[in-house]
Amino acid sequence: MATFIEAAITVIAAFALLLVNTLLLVWTERKVVADMQARIGPNRAGPFGLLITLADGMKLFFKEQITPRKAEVGIYLMAPILALLPALLIFLNIPIGGSFHIGDRLITLQGVDLNVAVLLILAFSSLAVYAVVLAGWSSGSKYPLLGAVRSTAQAISYETAMALSLIPVVLFTSSQLAGFDGGVGAMSLATIVEAQAGSFGGPIPAWFLFPLVPSFLVFMIAGFAETNRAPFDLVEAEQELVGGFHTEYSGIRFAMFFLAEYINMFNISAIAATLFLGGWNGPTFSGVLPAFFAGAMPVVWFMVKTWALLFMFIWVRATLPRMRYDQLMQFGWKRLIPVGLAWLVAFTVVTSVRQFGAPWS
Amino acid sequence: MGFLDDLFKPIAGFKVTFRQMFRPRVTTQYPEDKRTKPQRFHGRHILNRYPDGMEKCIGCELCAGVCPARCIYVRGADNPQDEPVSPGERYGFVYDINMLRCIFCALCVEACPTEAITMTHLFEMSVDDRQDAIYTKADLLVNPDGSRNHPQPASILIDLDELTDGDGWLRATAPSGRAAYEGVVGWTPSAGPGLRPPEAGQTDDDRNEEPREETEA
Repeated sequence: MATFIEAAITVIAAFALLLVNTLLLVWTERKVVADMQARIGPNRAGPFGLLITLADGMKLFFKEQITPRKAEVGIYLMAPILALLPALLIFLNIPIGGSFHIGDRLITLQGVDLNVAVLLILAFSSLAVYAVVLAGWSSGSKYPLLGAVRSTAQAISYETAMALSLIPVVLFTSSQLAGFDGGVGAMSLATIVEAQAGSFGGPIPAWFLFPLVPSFLVFMIAGFAETNRAPFDLVEAEQELVGGFHTEYSGIRFAMFFLAEYINMFNISAIAATLFLGGWNGPTFSGVLPAFFAGAMPVVWFMVKTWALLFMFIWVRATLPRMRYDQLMQFGWKRLIPVGLAWLVAFTVVTSVRQFGAPWS
Repeated sequence: MGFLDDLFKPIAGFKVTFRQMFRPRVTTQYPEDKRTKPQRFHGRHILNRYPDGMEKCIGCELCAGVCPARCIYVRGADNPQDEPVSPGERYGFVYDINMLRCIFCALCVEACPTEAITMTHLFEMSVDDRQDAIYTKADLLVNPDGSRNHPQPASILIDLDELTDGDGWLRATAPSGRAAYEGVVGWTPSAGPGLRPPEAGQTDDDRNEEPREETEA
């Protein structure tokens, strides 16, 4: 029973954190894009327009939910939930801070520390594509169907590149953890974060970003495609497809898709921060700051890194035009995957030579 | 160096968007600060009176005839003998404009032989009932003291002072106007009672009270 209550608290806390984050993220996106387009952006609801997302959410909550006559009702109703669930589940794997004690109890700021977390993330981000496909197909309407078809092709192409970009991280972690038995546990996100503590010497932190720059780039590009963000937002291209797979959705069901998209964005940024930017590692200033603030510093560092990447997402959206569909496919298969593969092979060879010696010696 | 330039070309745009963040905004915060409207702006209509209080409208229905949106409804009636409403034989005793249909082309203003209907600068006319969008004569006609009516009360959106802003287009195109008119004040008996002083660069002699003779064929 105690474990159950603990798990429930964790899940609710994570959900609340994600919701607040989404509120802020939507506001930030609208503000930053407005800034970059010489506009002002939302500034009416609440101070600096901060409550605009809340107002939008309330509005969507009370709107009529239309079901098209030709829709496959069961799947149509299930798809939004299917979109939201993987997004929430992925976040539960990510450590947002170190562990601390309350009384005798050890609290870890992570939903669950799985030893296959990296695989699980890939699996769930693929599951999210099902929601898009099913939503588009079950709407019984042509534009959503087109969006769904695009989404399938895009997901297959970029999922591969993303997986290829994650293998070097796992390899590098296992090679860093020489004490571990053959690198067991190198897929656990907590372990990966621990491996990034300390520094490579001097002021350079031991982030995997520095030895694994190509992986990071491939991961971020694939991440943009996975979350259907500009310049890869063909799935929901507003100009061509009237919103793509969620054209026929309204009210709270649309809000769930919307929420899922922004949570996915946050997830990708958080994963990138965890895998490449050292996660919650960072100076805690424990001597300077009071104990409580020093204890909260890991969370602050995690958030700073994640939001820096989220700013990248927004910046890219404000800058780059949408790619054409054939460009998208060409870029995925002819550039991104070969680069990912070549880097994986090169990295594997170098790592194994360093670890086991050259085969000819 | 050529290769490096090519390499960074695709992401050169990021500098542009980032730089833009620190530049001034072009947005106007509309209801609080409104932009100055051009002198010939086409706002809602107004029905004028002569300086002595007579209505200018003679109920000829030319405005209704020329209206491309068919949004004007006029009924003329004979002036009462003892208490005439307008200087002519007849006057407009019904005058409705459906503002939902009106396209603000000002053809009615051009058609009017007596400058009875002119346009003002007020365009905030939102209503929550379609029936309220039909402006009757009571809403359109200038009061004898020169004040103007509007169906909605003044608010942050509705600046009733805009109703007194004249219609430069009329001044330029009406028979009594001059094409040279380009600004601040009219110099014919204008929208509402009273004369207006000549504008900068014009003398009082430029005032053209008599309808100008049509010289062209």
